[in-house]
Amino acid sequence: MMCITTVLAVVMSFSAIAQPLQLHFRNVVDGKPIALEKDNYKNGLGQSYTVSNLKYYISNIQLTPESGKELTDSDYYLIREDDSASMNITLPHIPIGHYTRLTFSIGVDSLHNCSGAQSDALDPVNGMFWTWNTGYIFFKLEGKSSASKNPGSIYEYHIGGYKAPANCIRSVSIDLTGISLMPVIVLPPDTFHKKLKITGIDISADISKFMNAATPIDLTKISSVTDFHNAAKIADHYQQMFSLIKKDYGY
Amino acid sequence: MAIKKPIVISVLVFAIILLSNFTETNPYFTITEKDVAFEVPKGFPAPTYTFANNKPTPAGFTLGRRLFYDPILSKDSSTSCASCHQRIAAFAHIDHTLSHGISGLIGKRNVPPLQNLAWGQSFMWDGGVNHLEIQPLTPMANPIEMASDIGDVIRKLKRNPYYREAFKEAFGDTLISSERMLKAMAQFTGLMVSANSRYDKFMRHEDTLTQFELNGLVIFREKCAKCHREPLFTDESYKSSGLYPDSTLNDPGRELITGRIKDENTFKVPSLRNVAMTYPYMHDGRFRTLEQVLDHYSKGDYYMLNVTPELLATRDMNDLEKKEVIAFLKTLTDKTFLYDRRFADPTYH
Repeated sequence: MMCITTVLAVVMSFSAIAQPLQLHFRNVVDGKPIALEKDNYKNGLGQSYTVSNLKYYISNIQLTPESGKELTDSDYYLIREDDSASMNITLPHIPIGHYTRLTFSIGVDSLHNCSGAQSDALDPVNGMFWTWNTGYIFFKLEGKSSASKNPGSIYEYHIGGYKAPANCIRSVSIDLTGISLMPVIVLPPDTFHKKLKITGIDISADISKFMNAATPIDLTKISSVTDFHNAAKIADHYQQMFSLIKKDYGY
Repeated sequence: MAIKKPIVISVLVFAIILLSNFTETNPYFTITEKDVAFEVPKGFPAPTYTFANNKPTPAGFTLGRRLFYDPILSKDSSTSCASCHQRIAAFAHIDHTLSHGISGLIGKRNVPPLQNLAWGQSFMWDGGVNHLEIQPLTPMANPIEMASDIGDVIRKLKRNPYYREAFKEAFGDTLISSERMLKAMAQFTGLMVSANSRYDKFMRHEDTLTQFELNGLVIFREKCAKCHREPLFTDESYKSSGLYPDSTLNDPGRELITGRIKDENTFKVPSLRNVAMTYPYMHDGRFRTLEQVLDHYSKGDYYMLNVTPELLATRDMNDLEKKEVIAFLKTLTDKTFLYDRRFADPTYH
């Protein structure tokens, strides 16, 4: 009798329990970790490329619960392939329960593109700020490709812009149906067993999906995008590169 | 020798600290609370930059001033903001058609004066910069101006004993960051207010203008003030004043930022305050005198792409009218601003 009451109390207070949730961004090519400046990859046109630098901003993270109000995180995160710590975003207070959707923006909203001097992820020392035309670079991908006609065979995509002529903020939506965010607390093993595992969601950012999307980027033609020319097209490509990594999330 | 070296270095460092502090304890360079009070001059509109998250303090202003005058902001520590923005020219570059950068490099545009920046809605001739605080990053990053990397600059500042102390004084702890650097500089540049010329005093009924100058004011209001709107003498818009493009510069102007054909060859309407002090003129410095500028406007030989229709009004000015307009423009010289000790170079005397 005592035991049942305790379990009930725990169940009833679930909705009030919040815990940190981690979003792990896994930058990959064809599902495999990126080997910076080493491995040669091929796009859908058979053009080879390497990756030497990859950075992008994630912001406006929202979690949609099965019922109730959306949860929104107002911070800005810079994911850098050369800094593994940057790839884990911790959302401090996520109530346990069922969620149907994770959405986030790639980029920085117009307000924070017009707010003057800022710090942390938005510090211009991160190399993600344009000075000739104020605003953040949302997405930076650089490497070499034998298909590129640039000096040194480099290709570079520096994509930003929060207004016309090229608004490059893109929203990504990831279906979480069937995944429950459950607390890491010790309960009788036969009651909640498997549901207790999840504290993080793994998101793949696959450069091969970026390169290919619906139609592959032709590296002989579009190998350098550093202002608004072609920027919206490249932004459409990075919108396509994110997906949930399927694994046992404990549901 | 091995023992002496550190001593010599410490003595040197100590001397540098002493020297650098000396200038700012000299009364001429001392900044008080009163010096950093920001007031909207009578008749001016509400400012764009309100210092809401960056209230000026004597220590913050002093730090911003030091940074403005310090070549440490450039790649090879050769060029400061003040190298091109000279106080005697309302912070334009007197007698230089195009800006100068490190290693003798020459820029593509004429150095604009710095004044009433708190009312600026955008900065640069093409309006590419949207906020006063981040403006310094643009010349700093430009390879033909200061050519520096902001990360390197912050590292240099962190190694410098003067700045370690100055940042602490301005912000309460020793953190040196780009945000703090830029905010200190905005305290300095944002307080550059020119509102005490003879024109201003005339408007406040504290002084008179001659009949000749008044005639110029009447013509100015009729023909020029639509774009050079009082009291800031700019409406912050982008216009083509009918100048034939310089094929050696290939400067598309505002189109570079917006990508719109209708913005090609347009540039920010510059303020005319202190205009007698800021020669040469136009975005590429092609005219050395105000007479040449007025001749251009009255001659009517305009490059027609995107030319602003307001120029129809300026075509028929005769020689007397031009002289009167120039006489009026000279009343915009603001000696209170030009000789304001707060903006003087604290590192050189």
